[in-house]
Amino acid sequence: MDLSILFVQIITGLAYGMLLFMIAAGLTIIFGLLSVVNLAHGALFMIGGYFTFTFINQHLNFWLALLISVILLAILGMLIERFLLNRMYGKELEQVLLTFGLIFIFTDLVKWIWGSSPKSISIPPLLDASLTIGVVTFPVYRLFVVVVGCAVALLLWYIESRTRIGAIVRAGVDDRHMLSSLGINFKLVFAGVFAFGAGMAGLSGGLGAPILGLYSGMDNDVLILSLVIVVIGGLKTWKGAFIGAILVGMVDTLGQVWFPSFSMVLIFALMVFILLIKPSGLFGKGVDA
Amino acid sequence: MLKLEEVHTYYGNSHILQGLSFSVSEGKCTALLGRNGAGKTTTIHSIAGLTPPRKGKIYFEETKIDSAPPYRIARLGIGLVPQGRRIFPSLTVKENLTMPAREPRKQTRDKKWTLDEIYELFPALKEREHNMGNQLSGGQQQMLAIGRALMTNPHFLLMDEPSEGLAPVIIEQVGDIIRMLKENGLSILLVEQNLFLACSVADEVLVMNKGQIVWQGSPQELLANEEIQHRYLGV
Ligand SMILES: Nc1ncnc2c1ncn2[C@@H]1O[C@H](COP(=O)(O)OP(=O)(O)OP(=O)(O)O)[C@@H](O)[C@H]1O
Ligand SMILES: [Mg+2]
Repeated sequence: MDLSILFVQIITGLAYGMLLFMIAAGLTIIFGLLSVVNLAHGALFMIGGYFTFTFINQHLNFWLALLISVILLAILGMLIERFLLNRMYGKELEQVLLTFGLIFIFTDLVKWIWGSSPKSISIPPLLDASLTIGVVTFPVYRLFVVVVGCAVALLLWYIESRTRIGAIVRAGVDDRHMLSSLGINFKLVFAGVFAFGAGMAGLSGGLGAPILGLYSGMDNDVLILSLVIVVIGGLKTWKGAFIGAILVGMVDTLGQVWFPSFSMVLIFALMVFILLIKPSGLFGKGVDA
Repeated sequence: MLKLEEVHTYYGNSHILQGLSFSVSEGKCTALLGRNGAGKTTTIHSIAGLTPPRKGKIYFEETKIDSAPPYRIARLGIGLVPQGRRIFPSLTVKENLTMPAREPRKQTRDKKWTLDEIYELFPALKEREHNMGNQLSGGQQQMLAIGRALMTNPHFLLMDEPSEGLAPVIIEQVGDIIRMLKENGLSILLVEQNLFLACSVADEVLVMNKGQIVWQGSPQELLANEEIQHRYLGV
């Protein structure tokens, strides 16, 4: 393999990693505050992609279509939290059944509305180009996705550590009852965080569609990888998910180039390896071996 | 200002508050004493909405609050300094103070608390404003818990054993703070194990046993009544 192809694969791996990061970050933040593993998060990603596809077919430009999809996904997340999940706090089994059940509902709805043949979105014209530096040619859109992923990470860092909302969410993770005794309605915070996570999944789905295409079963692919990322990174930390997502995105992409039938095995080997060294995950707090 | 009528609170099937009634008047400090397990914290939590009573009524000013969620009760102007302090360890000292900050609900003669004023009252907190909440001594954490409640600019303060685990010098300081808050117009319900702290700051004392008020009077009367002290407070 020559250098140019290797670089393209690396960028592709990074871009995929960033898409996974936006999903996994939502999973970890929701898990951290609400103690809920949202198994339907992959389905939200998929819906984000299909929404974007539909709005583009309605002759909206890509960016507007993406924006509307993100907002709709946030609203969908808010509805799921307010009307379904809020009855099930503290009941793990019910949460698993609910979010697992939502996967079936959403995947069937997608098949019903959009059919089961794969769809594709073309790369927005502005970014449909290649950038050549020396002998290496980079696909610009993938680079752009990497930049967006880093920008999301930066935004999360800023919100978490520099804003009052961030402090409220951290305090809610520490002691939500004390938080409410200080006059803060944590139900609203829960709904907001879930909506934010769903919006990020939608962003990932819309941004990813031009690269990955749209097909039934795509939700499952990203859900499994995102759960692996969450475990690798250390459950309640989106910072861990950032590193975990880069690792998993690279291993998955390069693995498919070099060992096409083993890429999933490689990812689980990576997970086992990291957990052997650090059982609580890369950035996890808690008992270490 | 605060009034409890026949309050019954349960944990699952255990009946903890068994028809509790008392009231606290405006601008006064009322102390609630009783042995471990008497139900003092449960009383505080019932008022704050954390363990809502199953029966009975609680009024704050004219508002019935016994079935309101905790955040509403807090917004009415009831501040909580909880037992065990419950500082947020993931927040810095400064964030512990600024995160819950809110304006007073109504304009009164109460002092309006700001970050600067909390720092003036507790200079040790300013020196450590960038420490995480759990990187403080027990005494400093207690100051932080008091400061955090004051930042919500309450009209009424619930304090649950603020002297717990503190050295005598610091306990005296807590007493000074409570007197100062009272002079600023704050009404206080103070739960204490420390009889002398309670009697030195309170206008009225309630003694609680097995979820009921069993004695009520002035601090002087309690200090003179060895039988009550012995029977209910184990002095
Ligand atoms: N979460 C809970 N679940 C079940 N029972 C509880 C719970 N919290 C307290 N209790 C019980 O309620 C009773 C009253 O407890 P409470 O905490 O109100 O006592 P207290 O007067 O504050 O005691 P202390 O001085 O030790 O703080 C005790 O018998 C206790 O065992
Ligand atoms: Mg107690």
